[in-house]
Amino acid sequence: MTETIFERSVQARRAFVAPELDVPRDDDALPERFRRAEAPRLPEIAEPEIVRHYNRLSRRNFDLDTGFYPLGSCTMKHNPKLHERVAALPGHARLHPLQAPARAQGALRLMAELQAALAEIAGLPHVSLQPSAGSQGELAGVLLTRAYHDDRGDHRTKVLTPDTAHGTNPATVTMAGYELVKLGTADDGGVDLDDLRAKADDDVACLMLTNPNTLGLFDTNIVEIAHVVHDVGATLYYDGANINAMMGRARPGDMGFDIVHYNLHKTFTQPHGGGGPGAGPIAVSERLEPYLPRPQVVRRDDGSFDLDFDRPKSIGRLRGFQGNFGVFVRAYAYILSLGADGLKEASETAVLNANYLQARLRELAGDLLPSAYERRCMHEFVLTGAPMKREIGLKTTDLAKRLLDHGFHPPTVYFPLLVDEALLVEPTETETRETLDAFAEAIAEILREGREDPEVARTAPHTTPVRRLDEAGAAKRPVVRQPM
Amino acid sequence: MANPDDVKYHPEHDWARIEGEEATFGITDYAQDQLGEVVYFEPPDIGKAVRKDEPYTEVESVKAVSDVIAPLSGEVVAVNETLGESPERINEDPYGEGWLVRVHLSDPGEVDELMDRQAYEDSLT
Amino acid sequence: MSRYTSATDADRVAMLAAAGAESIDELFESIPAEVRLGRELELPGGKSEQDVYAYLRDLAAQNVSAEDEVSFVGAGMYDHYVPALIDSITSRSEFLTPYTPYQPEVSQGTLQVMFEYQTAISELTGLPVSNATLYDAPSAVASAGWLARLHNRRGRFLVSRGLHPHSREALATTAAGYGTAVEELGDEIHDDVSAVFVGHPTFFGVVEDLEALAAATHDAGALLVVQCDPMTLGILKSPGELGADIAVGEGQPLGNRLDYGGPSFGFFAAQEQYLRRMPGRIAGETRDVDGKRGFVLTLQTREQHIRREKATHNITTAQTLNALAGIVYLSWLGRRGLVEIGELMLHRTAYARKALSALDGVELLHEGPVVREFAVRLAAPVEKVIERCAAEGVNPGYPLGRDYPEHEDGLLTAITERRTRADIDRLAAVLGAAVAAEREAVAA
Repeated sequence: MTETIFERSVQARRAFVAPELDVPRDDDALPERFRRAEAPRLPEIAEPEIVRHYNRLSRRNFDLDTGFYPLGSCTMKHNPKLHERVAALPGHARLHPLQAPARAQGALRLMAELQAALAEIAGLPHVSLQPSAGSQGELAGVLLTRAYHDDRGDHRTKVLTPDTAHGTNPATVTMAGYELVKLGTADDGGVDLDDLRAKADDDVACLMLTNPNTLGLFDTNIVEIAHVVHDVGATLYYDGANINAMMGRARPGDMGFDIVHYNLHKTFTQPHGGGGPGAGPIAVSERLEPYLPRPQVVRRDDGSFDLDFDRPKSIGRLRGFQGNFGVFVRAYAYILSLGADGLKEASETAVLNANYLQARLRELAGDLLPSAYERRCMHEFVLTGAPMKREIGLKTTDLAKRLLDHGFHPPTVYFPLLVDEALLVEPTETETRETLDAFAEAIAEILREGREDPEVARTAPHTTPVRRLDEAGAAKRPVVRQPM
Repeated sequence: MANPDDVKYHPEHDWARIEGEEATFGITDYAQDQLGEVVYFEPPDIGKAVRKDEPYTEVESVKAVSDVIAPLSGEVVAVNETLGESPERINEDPYGEGWLVRVHLSDPGEVDELMDRQAYEDSLT
Repeated sequence: MSRYTSATDADRVAMLAAAGAESIDELFESIPAEVRLGRELELPGGKSEQDVYAYLRDLAAQNVSAEDEVSFVGAGMYDHYVPALIDSITSRSEFLTPYTPYQPEVSQGTLQVMFEYQTAISELTGLPVSNATLYDAPSAVASAGWLARLHNRRGRFLVSRGLHPHSREALATTAAGYGTAVEELGDEIHDDVSAVFVGHPTFFGVVEDLEALAAATHDAGALLVVQCDPMTLGILKSPGELGADIAVGEGQPLGNRLDYGGPSFGFFAAQEQYLRRMPGRIAGETRDVDGKRGFVLTLQTREQHIRREKATHNITTAQTLNALAGIVYLSWLGRRGLVEIGELMLHRTAYARKALSALDGVELLHEGPVVREFAVRLAAPVEKVIERCAAEGVNPGYPLGRDYPEHEDGLLTAITERRTRADIDRLAAVLGAAVAAEREAVAA
């Protein structure tokens, strides 16, 4: 039943029919010494079987179009179906990236308009659409910071991040050649200001922050934080993974951030595709504009759109061509569809849904699964499974696995690291109240069952295509391809 | 699992069994329990200098990576080759078959800074 | 307007009450007054679905795509035929909408796709281990640089001038962060070199003899990183056979759209010893508690969510949907199909090369063997020649002068299985006429 496509292959079967050779053969074209002796062992299989194979595989996935997927930090909101239709238009889909700008005006205009919209939402004037995903946006932001300081002859070696930061932040710091310095978190969930003041000096290049942070809490000291950081001449970087909490209500640029990255596959509905593709555009303040990646989409004096490569202070490029244009089409379709009022409503409803769900879970499960912070959350919130573990011997992972049997994708587990047995819940705005109620009731049911017979959850899931998998074995003796 | 008396303990959950001018190092039962099932251990090179309180290698489980801190200073003279095939020995017998490296000590006086079993166990509570 | 939300006024009242808030505004109280926006976003109001469709359709109509002209532009992305079964599979909700497979019990579809993809890339490249994709080829080259640095901590990268310009630039941009020098590959490789980077074929489409380079690289104790073109790997020696430590490349030709440059995927394969330092997601085979075969994300301890500042890379994304298109495409082409398509391109490219070099004012830039792309030198301004050809509905290729000042008069022409003999004959006619006309214009 779980045969791979290679195991389904039978020699001499095929799907592709090669076009006829309509030119003379040139047998001297490729000398023997460059030729491969044996063809790669690709599958040999006809179209009907290929289709059946991947259709069957697809049914072994739980997906967002089928059910609730409250993964904290991922913003699993509905992927509008219009977007696939517009992205498939041949004028977009079959456009070569090196087509002369004069013959790609539709694409360049789309990118310019998307840039303008993202600049407005972030409150920062200059945008690069180039980075491929949030991580690459972060790297761009830190490299921009480095270029900015270097250009002023100011050599700095450190970058600050809170200990609640998403793991990509510290990883990025290392890749950009900086030393990581961690900031503590205060009891209210925000950055420990005393720790920040102690560690912010003129050797600090940048502070990377998420606001609201990965606990779903808005750092009310943000204005003071920005002052401290700017007073030592460092840049302030905004990890935009959580911008779904505040579109139209507040803008990172207005809070003092110099660089913002967006995750178009989170807030702007690019489908997650099982892990990607996405896009991670950045918006920056005036002082960082000269260092933006090359090329930039610009509007010339004659009104035409162009790619500007003439950027002597640019950090260069992080990827090929202009970025993930297919993702831009979908994100822009979303922005056009919602408009100013719709984007604001999306954030308001996201925050409302999270607060409602938090309240329902407090009511139905608050004894064993309390909120980690007794503060109003924004678009997501963290629960701690520590009481549940202590009192009925169920870990957060057991709860998550049992949720699969109830037809829900679990929330994010064991992140952020700061919270013991963490469960990070982000419902998003596209869920109905009934779905949120059903989820809260399922949690309550699992806890009820857990009090009586914890073994059921400890050995869950029971109804999925496979049950718990031996991850240690997979890591000890990795098998990462089909042997042949 | 009982923590033995014939080793000295470092606060970062490492142990040292002193044998004359040499010592054998490993991680404690508490450390292996925190890590979960060990899947990989990268042995340091023979001849590598290790310094007390500093990491000299890493141990990996499925969900975590842990620096291994040297309880004493010296030079690596042997590594436990069996851990390549069977890293789970670190979980099953952390003080015996799960030993990590043997080191020629450069400053035996450092032993005085380590804890005995009782002090270590007290520090865990 | 289309907002995809369900909360009615009645819902809001009830939900606010349950959350203990009087109003929506109260939910946002933690945002200090001084940073509240206090006005509407300066964006147009929302539009209906049909209006959004019309607007984006009109923008698409302003582009000249491969649908509208006969295109010979390559330089890293190519107009191959994408079979219909790919769309039908990649548009399935179960592949399109889930997240990264953190809960493997309900993600076996995605994980098995990754495993099959990894197997196919390993076969193509002749290297034993592959990850489940990076973003694209240039960022994969940059990632190979970072791996080399983690591996041997040496201070220099040597890069062939024939490596794709975007790859060279991405490597330089990222290396500027961690401080490894990036220099052009010359005749010597000393033992302070971390890695050597080449294209196979080169950016100019030429297949070079890499044996001596591989030997010299390994003698110096450096890594050999080869960027290759997957569509040539049915007939060309694999990077593994040539002695590569790491092979990377652009996955777009494998069943993915041009999409004005993305999204696509970058593949990354390596010798076994680099497995635990490899960037990106990796799927591994295992068993469940009932003994059933299954797949999981493995070696996650390399990754940012566990190792954080010690991660082998900061990447979280895998281009999984594009990898799915890739493995479906390779299954559709099949073992013999990949060879056949390679042979077809080989002979058509030879034909095109002869036809163009026979034209007045057109000369080959290189003599070495090519498979599907080649460069010529024009005796007239290249960009103007291209404009004349475009007016005839033919895009003859990419102007090399944009990336290579020494080839200001150069044009890079690519062949795919979609370019027939008739198309090539037309290219020759149109290009010949354009060059002649421009030479006359210059002379006048």
